[in-house]
Amino acid sequence: MSDDTRDIEALIDLMARLPGLGPRSARRAVLHLIKKRGPLMVPLVDALRNVAENARPCLNCGNIGTSDLCAICADETRANGEICVVEEVSDLWAMERAGIFKGRYHVLGGTLSALDAIGPEDLHIPKLLDRVATENVREVILALNATIDGQTTAHYIADQLSGDIAVTSLAQGVPIGGELDYLDDGTITAAMRARKSF
Amino acid sequence: MTANLPEPVSGTCAIEALFLSHFRSHKVTRIEPKARLVALYGPNGAGKTNILEAISYLSPGRGLRRAVPEDIRRREDAAPGWKVAARLRVGDTQHELETWAEAGSGRHVHLDGKAVPQNRLGNLLRILWLVPAMDRLWTEAAEGRRRFLDRMTLSFDPAHADDALRYEKAMRERNRLLKDQVTDAHWYRAVEAQMAATGAAILLRREAAIAAVTAAQRDGLDIFPKAALALIGPDADEDFPRTEEALLDALSEGRNRDMSAGRTLVGPHRCDLSAIYAAKSIPARETSTGEQKALLISLVLANVRALAMATGAAPVVLLDEVAAHLDQERQAALYDELDALGAQAWLTGTGRELFDALGARADYLQVTDDAGLSIVSEAGLNNQH
Repeated sequence: MSDDTRDIEALIDLMARLPGLGPRSARRAVLHLIKKRGPLMVPLVDALRNVAENARPCLNCGNIGTSDLCAICADETRANGEICVVEEVSDLWAMERAGIFKGRYHVLGGTLSALDAIGPEDLHIPKLLDRVATENVREVILALNATIDGQTTAHYIADQLSGDIAVTSLAQGVPIGGELDYLDDGTITAAMRARKSF
Repeated sequence: MTANLPEPVSGTCAIEALFLSHFRSHKVTRIEPKARLVALYGPNGAGKTNILEAISYLSPGRGLRRAVPEDIRRREDAAPGWKVAARLRVGDTQHELETWAEAGSGRHVHLDGKAVPQNRLGNLLRILWLVPAMDRLWTEAAEGRRRFLDRMTLSFDPAHADDALRYEKAMRERNRLLKDQVTDAHWYRAVEAQMAATGAAILLRREAAIAAVTAAQRDGLDIFPKAALALIGPDADEDFPRTEEALLDALSEGRNRDMSAGRTLVGPHRCDLSAIYAAKSIPARETSTGEQKALLISLVLANVRALAMATGAAPVVLLDEVAAHLDQERQAALYDELDALGAQAWLTGTGRELFDALGARADYLQVTDDAGLSIVSEAGLNNQH
């Protein structure tokens, strides 16, 4: 590596560590940024610096924002007595894109895994129980992945929530636009069990 | 170069062409069988079983030797990995299937040019096998019999693999909690709920498979022995938890005991397959070596028969060194049965004379060893090295 390309190579190495990017796509991205220095690279640097300085988890739900309380938790109209529990921030953002849920969220930050030494305290579960007790919650919606760890975590939370609170989970079945022929047996079984009147 | 396989009685499920690349002793081997019954003969160590093992990788799992992918690669050529490809006929449809592994990576599967999960293969091609390592099945530890039963179960219902994996994962989680002396009852209940749901499904499928094979035994030839099969618990206990509720209770009640042991002592992973040799009314493990072998063959044939009835197509059958253990009358009966069932069967033996009773019904391929390299010869074959 020559001295005059050292910095560029270092940038490519850093970009290649990002999810979804490999060395090849990182090189293309860096070359593109250099070509579009004014309209893209400089604003990107500013945006990165801003986010690096200000991004932080919401102290209430675990969402990522730039203040102690995220926009959803700060919005009183979303205090409708429903909390949707998700594994990661990306799941919260996916739910928000759908625009169907009008309550608040709780981001666990993962799932229970004895093998990986991830316990309830590592997942903000005590904080969830605290919120349920203090935020006048009527329903907790468990929107966790349909994996063993996801479902174990859902059972764990449901087991701790008793009394007048409704605990629900997302339905499993045929995706919108999906063809039965392409579904696995487990999904078809779940869909058949959750069938409804037409 | 499409092989013209005879139309089976009960539909079609067959390998029309097989390609092995850097797979154990095979550098490059191509086989296009011209008959539904394929006899591979040659001296010990020539590479016959390696061909059967390659075929077993056309189904989900770790193959008939339960090897890790890294160990299969032909080391003499410093090859980066191995590959098995096949052209399959399932019903009226042809499929191109490829599976391979490179150093340091798991096994990949491509079906008709697209990556698919291994478990998908269970829905496509059903493969049963009998290998010499299973000769001690009735006398060895229960683990081998559970594996035999689970392969049998999987052949009827490929979804069995998913539940088995989910159960295994949940059990490992519970065992970790037990070993770490965790006392959080909520956590145990959450994990045990997963184990109970998947465990009950596993037991239900195993029972169904035993029932199907038991029924199919009745239609088998009298020359092969029959057995009364049953699913039993640890210590031959027939009264073990089978339903989701019963498993949930048993896991909950056994927590203290399991914590002392550091592992889960109740559930489908502790079950066993019991076989009572019908002709003598004694456990299979107490019969002679020859009788035990004949019983295994009988059960595999019953499995083939039951599958042909249940799915409309007989599975592919791999029989490694089976003929040598049978007298001529039983050899002939085995070949006639495989022929009548319409199964594509790949058989191995040290000498061609072991397959005399097959006559013109089989494709005969000789496998020899040339300084560590397997050579497959005879008609229908193009072998390069």
